Amino acid sequence: MADIAIVDYGMGNLHSVSKALEHVAPNASIVVTSDPVVIREAARVVFPGQGAMLNCMKEMDARGLRGAVLEAAGSKPFLGICIGLQMLFEMSEEGNVKGLGILPGKVIRFPNLSMVDTSEQKLKVPHMGWNQVHQSAEHPMWKGIAKDARFYFVHSYFVETADPDPAVAYSFYPFPFTCAVARDNIFAVQFHPEKSNMVGLTLLNNFVQWEPF
Amino acid sequence: MGLAKRIIPCLDVTNGRVVKGVNFIALQDAGDPVEISRRYDEQGADELIFLDITASSDNRSLILHIVEEVAAQVFIPLTVGGGVRHVEDVRRLLNAGADKVSINTSAVQNPQLVADAAGRYGAQCIVVAIDAKQVRDTDTESVKWEVFTHGGRKATGLDAVEWAKEMQLLGAGEILLTSMDRDGTRSGFDLALIRAVSDTVDIPVIASGGVGNLDHLVEGILQGHADAVLAASIFHYGEYTVYQAKEYMAQHRIEVRL
Repeated sequence: MADIAIVDYGMGNLHSVSKALEHVAPNASIVVTSDPVVIREAARVVFPGQGAMLNCMKEMDARGLRGAVLEAAGSKPFLGICIGLQMLFEMSEEGNVKGLGILPGKVIRFPNLSMVDTSEQKLKVPHMGWNQVHQSAEHPMWKGIAKDARFYFVHSYFVETADPDPAVAYSFYPFPFTCAVARDNIFAVQFHPEKSNMVGLTLLNNFVQWEPF
Repeated sequence: MGLAKRIIPCLDVTNGRVVKGVNFIALQDAGDPVEISRRYDEQGADELIFLDITASSDNRSLILHIVEEVAAQVFIPLTVGGGVRHVEDVRRLLNAGADKVSINTSAVQNPQLVADAAGRYGAQCIVVAIDAKQVRDTDTESVKWEVFTHGGRKATGLDAVEWAKEMQLLGAGEILLTSMDRDGTRSGFDLALIRAVSDTVDIPVIASGGVGNLDHLVEGILQGHADAVLAASIFHYGEYTVYQAKEYMAQHRIEVRL
């Protein structure tokens, strides 16, 4: 039985997530898997995602992983990353696709044609680089992380949460958007902790230690 | 209170070593890629770019081992380019630990590669690298830039600004824009080129080619409107640390990650 299962549904690069977890938990058994049985048996589950949400949902279902993911999200420490956060919500404008519907809200695109910064310079999409994550709610996952620490982002869509609002952090681009959510045993982030140097490793280490129940 | 401008050291790699040339030729050894990556990471580099400039395909697999080794120790985004011809090359580099793959010559030879790679792995991991050289339009006397491929040896007749726009439409997530006129000269970015592309496309642009001091980095952001600035020799030979560069940019009211 794995300590941590990283859900692999064939979308993009899971190498970084796996290496970063191995770095913070050298003695844990960490597996990248597309086997629902391995996911069901794992103590913790990481749910990453890259690319377009429509493809991510399709590929997840093509591998018969929906049940195992829903079960994990309802029962054990569960970390969603990037599209893995977006998939937890009700729907996405990207391809007009339904999400897993675990959390209330929908995924929408940055309106890049109208976005400028304070010096009137055009803001690009994808939102790519290091932005400040402002914690709006206390959470054990924030332990040892400064209230406005910078994490690495790369995404063109973000989640517009609905009530009961699961948001626990926001960033500005240029308006505030939700960049981390939490409910019970679920914690999910729009940014990439595996690419966010020390501060990202601290968050992953918190996940490895996290006992939500 | 927002997105930081990025400083990206670039490592040109051949035969397992980091090298540095002037105007794309005259290579000098600058050290071990893993060691240099670790040093830049400690200094606060926001990302790293590796360009495999190995001319033949003989030693192509060397870069995969280097990427693997760096990715296991350095937890910031890694972009890798050089000799990427097929979607399979993209897959191999991503599996070795690259977060983004840069496509240059092959994007011109086979633009569908950009679309296919972005479709398969997402626009966020596809960088299109453009090597551009200033040309004067003989009719209008206006300045334009032409795209070159094959490490700057082959003219394409393509206009760099139009090409960048086309690459965005095909699915590129970022443009790495190098001025061949300035590369290795330490005389500063071609700011008109950087600004022309950056103001045209909606995706991030990395300015490259010509950095010789910290003012050049500041100019690239404030005058070139770049989202990120790339430099090699000022860091390789220890003139400045990445941290010093960031402090200097912060003094000029540029938002950076310190």
